[in-house]
Amino acid sequence: MANTNHAHDAHAAHDDHSHKPHGWRRWVYATNHKDIGTMYLVFACVMFFMGGAMALVIRAELFQPGLQFVDPGFFNSMTTMHALLMIFGAVMPAWTGLANWMIPMQIGAPDMALPRLNNFSFWILPFAFTLLLLTLFVPGGAPAGGWTLYPPLSVQAGDSFPLTIFAIHLMGASSILGAINVVVTVMNMRAPGMGLLRMPLFCWTWLITAYLLIAVMPVLAGAVTMLLTDHFFGTSFFSAAGGGDPVMFQHIFWFFGHPEVYILILPAFGIVSEIIPTFSRKPLFGYESMVYASASIAFLSFIVWAHHMFTVGMPLAGQLFFMLSTMMIAVPTGVKVFNWCATMWKGSLTFETPMLFALSFLFLFTIGGFSGLMLAIVPADFQYHDSYFVVAHFHYVLVPGAVFAIMAGVYYWLPKWTGRMYNETLGKWHFWLSTIGVNILFFPQHFLGLAGMPRRIPDYSTQFADWNMVSSIGAFIFGFSQLLFVYVIWSAVRSGEKAPARPWEGAHGLDWELPTPAPYHSWETPPSPQLIARGAEH
Amino acid sequence: MNQSVRTKLAAAAALASAMLAPAAQADGGWGGLNMPVGVTELSKQIYDLHMLIFWVCVIIGVVVFGVMAYSIFAFRRSQGAVPDTTMVHSTKAEIIWTVIPVLILVVMAVPATRTLIAIEDTRNTELSIKVTGYQWKWQYEYLDDGISFFSTLDSKSNEARQLESGIDPNTVEDYLLNVDNPLVVPVDTKVRLLLTSQDVIHAWWVPAFGMKKDAIPGFVNELWFKVDTSKVGTYRGQCAEICGRDHGFMPVVVKVLSKPDYAAWLAAQKAAAAPPADAAPAEATPVEAAPADAAAEVPAQASAPVAVTPRG
Repeated sequence: MANTNHAHDAHAAHDDHSHKPHGWRRWVYATNHKDIGTMYLVFACVMFFMGGAMALVIRAELFQPGLQFVDPGFFNSMTTMHALLMIFGAVMPAWTGLANWMIPMQIGAPDMALPRLNNFSFWILPFAFTLLLLTLFVPGGAPAGGWTLYPPLSVQAGDSFPLTIFAIHLMGASSILGAINVVVTVMNMRAPGMGLLRMPLFCWTWLITAYLLIAVMPVLAGAVTMLLTDHFFGTSFFSAAGGGDPVMFQHIFWFFGHPEVYILILPAFGIVSEIIPTFSRKPLFGYESMVYASASIAFLSFIVWAHHMFTVGMPLAGQLFFMLSTMMIAVPTGVKVFNWCATMWKGSLTFETPMLFALSFLFLFTIGGFSGLMLAIVPADFQYHDSYFVVAHFHYVLVPGAVFAIMAGVYYWLPKWTGRMYNETLGKWHFWLSTIGVNILFFPQHFLGLAGMPRRIPDYSTQFADWNMVSSIGAFIFGFSQLLFVYVIWSAVRSGEKAPARPWEGAHGLDWELPTPAPYHSWETPPSPQLIARGAEH
Repeated sequence: MNQSVRTKLAAAAALASAMLAPAAQADGGWGGLNMPVGVTELSKQIYDLHMLIFWVCVIIGVVVFGVMAYSIFAFRRSQGAVPDTTMVHSTKAEIIWTVIPVLILVVMAVPATRTLIAIEDTRNTELSIKVTGYQWKWQYEYLDDGISFFSTLDSKSNEARQLESGIDPNTVEDYLLNVDNPLVVPVDTKVRLLLTSQDVIHAWWVPAFGMKKDAIPGFVNELWFKVDTSKVGTYRGQCAEICGRDHGFMPVVVKVLSKPDYAAWLAAQKAAAAPPADAAPAEATPVEAAPADAAAEVPAQASAPVAVTPRG
């Protein structure tokens, strides 16, 4: 190779679709959407296990009353870090990884629109999380005021404080750049004939997610910057002693925080909207209403934020407004659930691992939706608020919701990515262990919350002992089952059976029209209108 | 509240209490599956509301999960199901499943709004107590009577809760839910709490009163409760907003006395607070002077019903 002349080399590179740099350069200099997508997914997986380990510290301490393992301050650090790692380190990067892999393939583009920005947005993350994880080793310990960073408590932190703030700035920058890339790609890189309303729903929900990210991540950055100046530069944005307002932080934070919730779940809606039709062998029911429902949910997410803070003492009119707007979210969400049901109705169903995870999503996310509706009712929320009922609610929508959808997507597209099938039997084992584990883990937390157990406490009164023990057992089942997930993926990549071009006979869409494994550059020539029309049979 | 909603509420509550009664009777352990009914008018309304939404969700859940389960069962390819690929859209169906949820939401919103308005009505309070949160204790100030004291975790719980203390929490009575000086209030009196904080945000929560409110530095929040006449007893809760290292260790305990007992308690407190020369320890009541130890007996304790407290 060293002897070949330059022109020949360039020519070969042009012809050879799988030409790529080798070794560490392939990853550090990566501009390919698949390589960057892979890095995002691997990073998310690492963070998922680190955040999971912290969750197991929490559940081990809560296994029985009394303090057995950790200091209460460290316990608070674990709850805070667990949330930050899972939200910003695991779920959001996993979505960006899936977007990187799938959006160009699904819209008929060769790559993402802004490949170098793509590289940058990924490589910010390891530095952001190094900063965040360093806080575990600084005087005063890791941040311990909850991931919501409410002042004045968050400002009491020790040396971890500036590290946390800068880590959040970096994560936000990474998310904004990733989101810009998605918007530009979807708006400009669609193949001729790929109209917006022909896109798979995953592209649609991600497009909406990207707009949410661009809208709210700067708000979070502003909020944490104000915390920083309150701490170091003598401002009093949130300090009552200086004429500031601690509740204002909560308003600003949740103006970011509620759209953030949908940032975590909208791409899941997209994935489930692809998997259920595939394994029902029937087009998605009500495609357009799914798109409009996603957009409505995104719009409503901007006007419901204060339902996270009903107990701060708002005027009656404010409480009523936020109660009613929050209840309205049930309508588009219900439309989605009904459409998924109608998609299965009169279908021809099979139950491979991706479908099992999608079905589990459907059942368990709906349970999370019910508890969400209950939480919207302000008078009842005065009881539920900051209790384990809330913990159960948001874990139901985020674990069997977002995380299961990510896993469903990985199982679904793994054959297309790698050209190899995973072991279906082990995949099903992973599914059943996860689904049973997650319910043992989170369902009893509803009871604990209703019975009066506050969240974020390292120790509890003895009447809460039994359900906490059950919950902890579920946590260990669920946590260790995820090692099986890694093994299934790993063994598929290493030595799985060769996968056909269309491993799922019901799969439609441009992503399935590409050869298996997908070529390094997705659509170097745009797909034909016939191919797009065939793929758009939603 | 119109008659039909009230009837539905009552039916839902009756059904629920019938189902959950055995669980509620079990002390601790596996019991306590549901929200306590509470001991105030508001807490009962909140409980009814909770059960109304709960049963609405159960009914919707039965229908939706039923459709899902039926689809999974009936349309299996292994049973030869053939997909109907023409079934992709139905405006009629979509209008129906948009309008029906809206109607259900209205049914929920009406009683919720009613209860919320009642909760926010702080007029005609009979007793005002200022509650100040500290890391990690509560201060109670009886604004009209000049009484003030701190309320911290009791010493037995505090010993047992230390890391590797070697003390079994099961041997400590009301572990983590007991304080040295409980808040003392009379029954059948509209008590208004004025909540604030000296340092970080705390939240004052007693599940039996159905009420939780943040104590925020620089703000004064209001919360009121009026305990039913027959519900003399001790009610327990905890700080509900993370407030630092010992957030889990600042319980709220409220001792609800009959009106005469409260008057006696108040007199004793005032006497203890007065200069020693004026002390008149002639009270013929077992209530101890000075902030009573948590173990102090409430005179009416023996006749007090075992209320549904957070202890389950």
